[in-house]
Amino acid sequence: MPPHLKHALPKAFWVAGLALVFLLLYAPILSAVLFSFSADRFPSLSMSGFSTKWYAQVLTDRAMLEALSNSLTVAGITALIATALGFAAAYADYRFRFFGQKAVLALALLPPTVPLVILGLAMLAFFSRIGIAGTLAAVVAAHVVIAAPFAMAVCRLRLAQLDETLETAAQNLGALPHSALARIVLPHTLPAILAAFLITFAVSFDEYVISWFTGGLNQTIPVAVLTTLQGQVDPTIHVIGTLSFSVTLTLVLIALAVVLRQSGGAMSKEETS
Amino acid sequence: MTSSAFPARTSGRRFHFLFNRAWQALWVLPLPAWLLLFFAVPLGLLVAISFWSVVNYRLTPDATLSAWRYVLGLDFLWASFWRSYGLSMASAVAISLLAFPASYAMAFVAAPRQRLILLGLAIAPFFTSYLVRIYSWQVFLTEGGVISSVIQAFGGKGESLLNTYFALFLGHATLALPVVLIMQTIALANVDRTGISAAANLGARPGAILFRIILPAARPGLTLGLLFAFLLSYAEFVSASYLGGGTFQTLPILVTDLVRAGQQWPRAAVVSLLMIASLLITAFVTVLWAYREKG
Repeated sequence: MPPHLKHALPKAFWVAGLALVFLLLYAPILSAVLFSFSADRFPSLSMSGFSTKWYAQVLTDRAMLEALSNSLTVAGITALIATALGFAAAYADYRFRFFGQKAVLALALLPPTVPLVILGLAMLAFFSRIGIAGTLAAVVAAHVVIAAPFAMAVCRLRLAQLDETLETAAQNLGALPHSALARIVLPHTLPAILAAFLITFAVSFDEYVISWFTGGLNQTIPVAVLTTLQGQVDPTIHVIGTLSFSVTLTLVLIALAVVLRQSGGAMSKEETS
Repeated sequence: MTSSAFPARTSGRRFHFLFNRAWQALWVLPLPAWLLLFFAVPLGLLVAISFWSVVNYRLTPDATLSAWRYVLGLDFLWASFWRSYGLSMASAVAISLLAFPASYAMAFVAAPRQRLILLGLAIAPFFTSYLVRIYSWQVFLTEGGVISSVIQAFGGKGESLLNTYFALFLGHATLALPVVLIMQTIALANVDRTGISAAANLGARPGAILFRIILPAARPGLTLGLLFAFLLSYAEFVSASYLGGGTFQTLPILVTDLVRAGQQWPRAAVVSLLMIASLLITAFVTVLWAYREKG
């Protein structure tokens, strides 16, 4: 900040606002972690004791383990396909000028703005017609649609920092398109590709509406949570929550560390001056 | 292949051209192809289904307006539409106001390095177990929960806050805050610093700098933050049914009920298309306003 910028309100006001927002964001997460170790069935402030029995219950629950394996399979395959498609689209947009470029970009950024309930409904109708409704393949096909835009954005951001003339220079010196890509573009983009993989994995791992609509009897973890939510108070949700938080928070924080490190300089005018 | 004088060279050039074309297509086509098949076609099918009919509980291709007539004539649909729209707009405004001091702190109070770390921590929850976070709020909101205990300590009644608009708002904020924080902070951090310094040097008061320079310059980003908060809240249905306890019959709940309970696909399709239409109009108007020339 410019040292002579006088704030309209005292600094303490803005910092308090920041603290309030972080409290709202992290209170539910911390509370889930806390109550996952509670001995009581009903979460309350007067906890009677520490216990890991809910963990034991979740980890021996066959339905839950199957849901976990479904979730990991779907998220893994989704992340692979979405990252490949996202990188391809980002590279195409960076490297080539082609007919309909803007339209492709607009199409690629559209899925995150359509309500998931509507996407789920449309996809269930479509998958029923082509006979793959209720399979994990259907869930993957749908998750790639919502995850690929994130992968594309992350890769495109990184490519924007690569000198466009490097690749053409290599080709002028006789490098074939694929070897220029492999030797110059890929090494430069690798951190972003890794970040894209982790973020798309997290997006798929956490998605419940489309999985619920199109997955049929193949439950993923969030769908299992959703079904439990509609029933009784169940302390195992806190356990599942704690486990998912640790998985997805780790993935996302690693991904963000990579993305923010590489794009830090480009984000604000202040840092470059 | 008409030129026979230099057959080798021509076919070499032609091969080169085709190779380049194929190479380019390899990168350009995959994502649009996937999105056409699994995004555009399903949405197109939804449009078609809105004109189909249900015969003996079976969805049958047709060309009838009966679902449109039925849904558009329902009083409770319109009540539900305006309730959904109003509640989400109210949440979007409240979330933006709630996020603004925090974004300001990240943009102008925090050092650049701290800002990156704070931004990372702010966006991370967006990708983590939304459902569990909603479930967690219940502990805070019920009778005898954290919030009501605090209210009681200050002499309030301390009733359960579940099934109130406050609970629904917390759900919306849980979902949308990270996105709004990112957009606002980037918008504020990119406000031209020389303009701020110039105004300060010319003796502008801090309030005038905030309202006359910072806010107008950051308007596009702040407005897009508001728009995304609206989009996310409008589409959300878990908070409405779980924290709101069904008090708030919103459009997404209506859509799921129509399909899950009654197999009323054409009607559900009509409600979905209405939602998309209202979203598009709202987004269009908001973006126009965000980028309009300063008068």
